[in-house]
Amino acid sequence: MKEVSFGQYYPVDSFVHRMDPRLKIVFLIGFIVAIFVANSFYGLIACAGVLILIIAFSRVPFVKILKAVRGVLFLVLFTAVINILFHGGEHVYWKWKIFTVTREGIVFSAYLILRLVLLVVCSSMLTYTTTPVSLTDGIESLLTPLKWVHFPVHALALIMSIALRFIPILMEETERIKNAQKARGADFESGGLIKRIRAFIPILVPLLISALRKAEELGDAMDARCYGGKKRTKYKKLRFTWRDLVGFLTLAILITGVALLRVYVGDIV
Amino acid sequence: MHAIEFENVDFAYSEEGKREFCIKGLNFAVEEGEFVAVLGHNGSGKSTLARLSNGILVPDGGKITVFDTPLDDKHLFDVRKQVGVVFQNPDNQTVASIVEDDVAFGAENVALPREEIGRRIDFALQAVGMEEYRHATVARLSGGQKQRIAIAGVLALKPRLMIFDEATAMLDPKGRREIAAVAKRLNEEENITVILITHFMEEALLADRAIVLNKGEIVMEGAPKDIFARHEELLTYNLTLPRIGTICKTLREGGMSVTDTLDTDLLADEIARDLKGGNAS
Repeated sequence: MKEVSFGQYYPVDSFVHRMDPRLKIVFLIGFIVAIFVANSFYGLIACAGVLILIIAFSRVPFVKILKAVRGVLFLVLFTAVINILFHGGEHVYWKWKIFTVTREGIVFSAYLILRLVLLVVCSSMLTYTTTPVSLTDGIESLLTPLKWVHFPVHALALIMSIALRFIPILMEETERIKNAQKARGADFESGGLIKRIRAFIPILVPLLISALRKAEELGDAMDARCYGGKKRTKYKKLRFTWRDLVGFLTLAILITGVALLRVYVGDIV
Repeated sequence: MHAIEFENVDFAYSEEGKREFCIKGLNFAVEEGEFVAVLGHNGSGKSTLARLSNGILVPDGGKITVFDTPLDDKHLFDVRKQVGVVFQNPDNQTVASIVEDDVAFGAENVALPREEIGRRIDFALQAVGMEEYRHATVARLSGGQKQRIAIAGVLALKPRLMIFDEATAMLDPKGRREIAAVAKRLNEEENITVILITHFMEEALLADRAIVLNKGEIVMEGAPKDIFARHEELLTYNLTLPRIGTICKTLREGGMSVTDTLDTDLLADEIARDLKGGNAS
């Protein structure tokens, strides 16, 4: 069978890989807060420092990190250029019609680039070090309090895990249908954009039908295994370990640090 | 005690206002501990039988009883706990990406305590010989292995009756033999009543009793050996003999004196004897 990989999990055993997925999700959210609270050069350097530590402890190769950044490079540069041209400010370097380049604009854009890069790298660290399955477990566990307002947390988690389970199956199915249509003379490579999009209809229709049939069979199989009872237990339990404590403390120190910098050092931009 | 009993069961699909009978006045019972094979061509109603047995489909008439419990709305979950069904496509019955999570699914559904679920996973994976795959990704397993995981997922509920609904139809010969062997072992060692629904006649050889369904009715019933001896009748129900049966028949037609057997070794001996006898005379 063709190896189908999705997501971007990087399978090594490391300190970060062994952390509780819940902590990692909370850390990511906390980290995003920190990089937007930080409004000074030192604050952002502190965030970057923490992130570099995480990368070092995760054993994810640096090339992988660069790859994650490359994915959003265009977006980051585009945002930065727009900001440089329109930010405005007192120290004007250059002006033409509605465009002004100011010192404030350049500094702001530099910060923006740094923030976006930190954001992207930190989120990809989450997906590099956490399997989709444990990510789902983590989300389910974090959403548990919503059960109080009768939000179907378990059903949502089950939907996510079934979706994960069926990605490789549907990819295989797509490949099979594509080959079957090719054997009947379908042409997916030539012609303009519209023609090529239209060529995919003979793939999508059978795929949809097959997916519906699979869903029905899966439903029967779930019923047969007593799904739908009132009470349910969970076999897998996530465990909070000393690693997670280290992560939590790091996050707490980082947020306190950047908040103090903001209050006492003040706004540089 | 009857493991399952059908009394005058009717089931029809309504299509364009017409009622198309799938199961018609079906009467049959399976004893506890028995291994029964249900044979039938496509559209004979054999898969409907499986879905009726655990309440996925509800009969239009008649009564189904499972281990003395009537199958109705009130007892639906009690019945489902006792009747495990393994379906045809291994891919369409696994819920989770990781083997142990999938095996745990049924046990979680009936709200067993964590420790018990752990024990059930150990037991179920051992019963199908997949212990070393506990933490493996389901997508990377072979068809036969996936189907064994599906069986383990059903076993984790400790059913007393297991129905294999063409569970081998999508597998290669090796996977097919694996699953048939697991079914046989569960019947013998775990004392689980087994109903094996199949259109592969070879698999029926494992059974104590075989039932042939045609158009929703039982048309033949008896020991698999006796049923296979009635070749012509089987052919009218679009069922073909296991290869060894065909070989016996062809040999006899060719003038060799072999008896109808389904045992490869026995047939080999008989051929040897016949050839020796032929040389001597």
